[in-house]
Amino acid sequence: MLRGLDLWIGNGATAILGPSGSGKSTLLRLLNRLADPDKGVVSFRGRAVRELDPLELRRRVVLVPQLPAPVPGSVADNVRYGPRLLGREVSVERPLVLAGLDASFAERDAAKLSVGEQQRVMLARALALEPEVLLLDEPTAALDEDAKGAVEEALAGLAGISMVVVTHERGQAERLARRIVRIREGRVVGEDGATEGRAPGAAREAAPRSREDGPTEVAP
Amino acid sequence: MTTVSISLGEVVATLALVAIAAAVSFWRRADLEQDLGLAVLRSFLQLTAVGYVIQAIFDSDSLWLVAGLLAAMVAFGSITARGRARAVPGALGPIVLALGTAAAVTIGLVLALGVFDAEPRYLVPVGGMVIGNSMTSAAVALNRLADEVHSGTQQIEAMLALGATSRQASRGLVTRSLRSGMIPLIDSTKTTGVVFFPGTMVGMLIAGAAPIDAVRLQLILLWTLLGSVALAALIAVSLGYRGFFTPAHQLREAATA
Repeated sequence: MLRGLDLWIGNGATAILGPSGSGKSTLLRLLNRLADPDKGVVSFRGRAVRELDPLELRRRVVLVPQLPAPVPGSVADNVRYGPRLLGREVSVERPLVLAGLDASFAERDAAKLSVGEQQRVMLARALALEPEVLLLDEPTAALDEDAKGAVEEALAGLAGISMVVVTHERGQAERLARRIVRIREGRVVGEDGATEGRAPGAAREAAPRSREDGPTEVAP
Repeated sequence: MTTVSISLGEVVATLALVAIAAAVSFWRRADLEQDLGLAVLRSFLQLTAVGYVIQAIFDSDSLWLVAGLLAAMVAFGSITARGRARAVPGALGPIVLALGTAAAVTIGLVLALGVFDAEPRYLVPVGGMVIGNSMTSAAVALNRLADEVHSGTQQIEAMLALGATSRQASRGLVTRSLRSGMIPLIDSTKTTGVVFFPGTMVGMLIAGAAPIDAVRLQLILLWTLLGSVALAALIAVSLGYRGFFTPAHQLREAATA
């Protein structure tokens, strides 16, 4: 799926842009260790993710899946799900509002919401863990235009959380991210936008290097 | 104790009914004649062989031989269940443990409660029924588990992505699989005596036992089986789900493909 990929992702919002089947989703799954590469190293803040506790990593780097997959129960049950795994109780309202839903959603049955609302519940559920990084896998692919606008607006309003947004849509990449990395057939083919002081294209270098300054790095 | 004697001639005569099955298959081109022939041949050979083995064990009156026979049944039952639950990675270990524990606990309990005496005459048939039913329930439950994982991949990974362990992420589907392993016997226990006569009761009635004795023994066996089937399904799914995950709480690729 991914071959010879060398990519450094800094803080802030980064979009991974590419056609379907280019390995974008696979890349996201490597970043929170839902999968491991056959070869190569994925590092987070200077440490190989294989050395980190996978459960802790997934709470710091939280993936919002492409299709909503709510747990059975109310919206509040969904928002509380992650923190409760740690025995932690959180405010339901705050993440809901951040995700663009008002507090009245809390007691509604998550399964009965529209797909767009469910997708924002997925976002709220991720935010309830207070992550350092959000991984967004085609966050609006299943949504109509209105719902898409609402989700994008919620994402754009998030401050202090780094984001990696995977999308096939250039417009969305431009709206949500400062840096856009284009991938095709499992390789980085170019990039646009601010690159944290690095020249465009410089992300494609052969040898894995150790960098302490960025959150996430993938090397072949 | 009443005994009945059945001649080989009487057995052979029943082949007439197999002939009906073969005729139906031939007439409607169901293409089952060969299978039917094989089934008849295998049932004859296997049961006859087991009959001699059991006779030998009864004659020897050795509990060690009984234990050996039951262990062999657990082994064959496990391999059969493994074949039926092929979609579950690494299922053999959990199945062996499920059948072995179900047999040991059930037989241990009925002996401890004084329901049966520790004699080959009781242990062999009861053990055989327990292991056979446990095998079926473990296989059904594991099959369901595999279906649940395949259809629930998204849900499972969404939970893992929120920091759930593989155990936490599979809790719901493990429970549903356990239910599917237990439900068939519970259902047939509900309808027993109304919709069908269970085999033990039929056998005892034919052998000349008083109906009320036949019924009591049947109840003992059914209730015993309920316990053993629940244990077998519980152990099989509680350990079996792990085959779908890596130690790093990832769904294995084979499971999602």
